[in-house]
This record gives sequence, structure tokens and C-alpha cells, in this order.
Amino acid sequence: MSVPKDYRYTDSHEWVRIEEDNVVTIGITDYAQEKLGDIVSIDLPRVGDEVERGEPIGMIDSQKASTEVFAPVSGVVLEVNELLNDDPAVINTDPYEEGWLVRIEVEDLEQIDELQSADDYEELLGKLDDEEG
Amino acid sequence: MTAHGDARKTFLYDEHVKAGGKMVPFAGYWMPVQFEGIAAEHHRVRTKVGLFDVSHMGEVLFRGPRALSVVQRITTNNVGTVSPGKAVYTPVCLPTGGIVDDMIFYKVSDTEWFVCVNASNKDKDYQWFVRQAEGECEVLDLSEQYSQVAVQGPNAPALLARVFGDDVLAMKPFTFVKKDFQGAEVILATTGYTGEKGGEVYVPNAAVVALWQELMQKGEDLGVAPIGLGARDSLRLEMKYCLYGNDIDETTTPVEAGLSWTVKFDKGDFVGRDVLVRQRDEGASRSLVAFVVEGKGIPRHGYPVLVGDLEVGHVTSGTLSPTLGIAVGMAYVARPHDEIGSRITIDIKGMRKVEARVVQSPLVKR
Repeated sequence: MSVPKDYRYTDSHEWVRIEEDNVVTIGITDYAQEKLGDIVSIDLPRVGDEVERGEPIGMIDSQKASTEVFAPVSGVVLEVNELLNDDPAVINTDPYEEGWLVRIEVEDLEQIDELQSADDYEELLGKLDDEEG
Repeated sequence: MTAHGDARKTFLYDEHVKAGGKMVPFAGYWMPVQFEGIAAEHHRVRTKVGLFDVSHMGEVLFRGPRALSVVQRITTNNVGTVSPGKAVYTPVCLPTGGIVDDMIFYKVSDTEWFVCVNASNKDKDYQWFVRQAEGECEVLDLSEQYSQVAVQGPNAPALLARVFGDDVLAMKPFTFVKKDFQGAEVILATTGYTGEKGGEVYVPNAAVVALWQELMQKGEDLGVAPIGLGARDSLRLEMKYCLYGNDIDETTTPVEAGLSWTVKFDKGDFVGRDVLVRQRDEGASRSLVAFVVEGKGIPRHGYPVLVGDLEVGHVTSGTLSPTLGIAVGMAYVARPHDEIGSRITIDIKGMRKVEARVVQSPLVKR
């Protein structure tokens, strides 16, 4: 299960990559895509939408389940990954690069600091694995 | 507190891991959710043949000179006076008409019935059976002795014939025979949960790996491959077959669930009859419908069903139909919005609303 060191993470398995001062890219983690299985469709916010930390901003549907995507930080949507409309399965094959979901202009930089480090997130995954025995 | 730490393995576990199965805990067992991919496995069963390990399911035997009255009393369908060798799908109800479980009764003789029950209900069912039998007949839990393999798809009869003999090809749907497989007595039934031809084989644990390997080997040129629980779910959903815990449970009745055809009101008294008669005569206030989504989004269990702003029901199952390429589902919908052609709205987790239409079942014609 890959967990890039320079990304930040949430408990709900989103990742955040800091692009420049106050712009971040958001996606779902390798763990999340693996749990979902074959992703067949997505529903994302529109450019210009305001999103609030912890609130659902989109939905990812796999053949067997659907899961909400929660905003890791509050801000405004700058860009949406249009590639996913035609080929949502890219999230399965490349969750951390080509499979990104949205770019957000962050309103409060402190919210980025409050996200988990890669080490913390790996620890969380370890616990989840234990629970599954 | 390990929720799944004590999940058990079926006797076919190693076969699944070798075949690349993605194993998940389900109803207390490690089961394969998928192998090559849910959609690919689904299409394989619709066009070729697939093998399902359904060893997690339970088996119970009713036996004795007075078993007939017991099995007729606890079921809604007529499992009793059919000929030996017949399989009958039936709900088992509470006095409230709520469904304890749905299952298949196999009539072995006038004094013996073999029953296959849902994995998640095994213990509950067995206790219910024993209580209802009131000592009038033997009720034996055979779940620990049997494994079960379903062989489903247009090529399934040919594959079963290669393993069990050509007489299999003449078997009618919902019948069964006892067969010898390498010295083990197996029950071969022309039943299933996919809408395809084929059967389900109840096999003693010690013989199941050999049977699985032989089916895989003899079916190679027929396109056989193992199929996971993911495709099992999308296959049954396209046929509008109920999944216990999703579409039916102790709060829903067979009349509401569209299973009135499994309720034989004239067979004599049975548990739940009074309520079901009333629902039949007065009409149930809601019914389980099949619907197709006309827009983007996949309905899932629990999503509200609306007509205008009014909540008229809830989704019980939903998926992207691999055969139709559109999202489909099942839902309880209040009268009169449950009629074929009714337009309903599915509230997708409060994020978005999507239009849908109530349609005739099955969703996919076989």
C-alpha cells in the first residue's frame, strides 16, 4: 500500500498535496481505491464551488460500493480533473498522480498543518489492518 | 476488538488465493469478492460459465414421520406435497408476516427435507426451526459437513454433464438428484441465484477441493473461471432476486417484497398467514419495485426515494448493471407510486437527486 511521504492525509482516506502557497490538490489514497475496487463513475464539485472542511464534496462509485469524498480543507475549487469523466478507473491505477480529483484554493493555511503526516496515516492503516485480522 | 478477526475460511480458501481472489470477511467467512474484476466476471456468467464458492451458506435437514406438517407450518410456499426431487424457494415468516429468512427446500422423500439457508441467518434459522418443530421431527444442522459450489451460465449444463453424466442435461429447473463424486454423495440441484442455467452442488467438505479442481479443468474450453461475491450481487440484482438483509428482513413481508407467488394461501395454516391474507386482500401499503436510473449516479441501500418533495420509500439494493450499462436498483415504494412506469427520484446521500423509473422485473430478460 503506497503512502507518499510528501503528502498530507485525512482519516477518511483523502490525500492533500501542497502545490504552491495556498493551492492544494486532493485525491483518494491507494488504500481507499483498493477498498473500493473497480471505479465506474465519479461526481465532483464544479470550478468556483466553495467547499467546507469535513463536508462531502463528491462521490466515487465503484462496481460494488459508493463513497463520499470529504473536503480536507475549506476553500474554493480552482480546477477539476476532467480526465476522470471519461476514465474514472485512472483513480485505481494511479491514485496519487493522474487520478487526482480537484485543486482547491485554501482559505486558512492552518488547516493544512492540522492534516496527518504520511507516518501518522500509515499508523492508521496499520490499525485498520489489525482490525481485519 | 477485531470485528473480523475470527472470520473462518471455507475449504476452498486456498484455491481462491491461488486464483488471485481478493478476500474479504462476509457473514463470518473469508470470501472472494472478486477475481478478474466484477464486470468481467458478471459477463462471463451471462455468456459462458462461472464457479461460485457458496460454502458459507447453511444446510439443515428436517426428518421424521411428522416432518411434513412441520415444514408446511413454517414455510409460506408449498414445500410439502410436491414430488420428491423437487426444489422449492420459500420465505419463512414470523407470526407478524416479517421474513425470518428466504431459502430453498429440497424434498428428499415424504419424510425428509434438505434446506439451504442464508449464511448470515444460519444460527437464527436453526433456533427458529427447532422451536417451531416442537419436537415433532428431527431438525439437524448439517452446515459443518457441507460445502457448496454454484455452477452458473449458459455453458453450465454442459460442464455439469461432463462431471456428473449426460442425464444432468435432461433435468428441469428446480429439481435435484443425488450423485456420486469420487465416492462422496453430493446433491446436484438445478437451482441458482443468477438467472442463468446451471446448478448448485452440495458436497461433503472432504470432496469439495477435488470437485472444484475438476470443474475448473473440465470447463477450461467452456470459459470457466471463479466468480466473486461482487458479481454474484450484480447478477442477482439484474434478476430482482432478493438479498436477505438488504431487500427483505423481519420488518418486510413476502406480499410487500413481491414474493406473493411464494405464498400458498390454500395449503392450510402456516406461520404469518393471517397478516399475509390481510395484506393480500387490502393491498400492501408499499411494495418492492425494480427501477432504472435516468441520469448520473448509482443508487445504494438506504437512499431515500422521493416523489416531488415527499419521501415515499427507500432503496434496498443498487448497482451499475454490467449487462445494461445503466444504474439499476430495488426499492420499497409506497402506493400508488410503486406502479410500473412511475417516476421517482433517488436522493443520493443528500448531495444530488437523480430521476428514475419503476420498471418490470427482471431487469434483464433471460
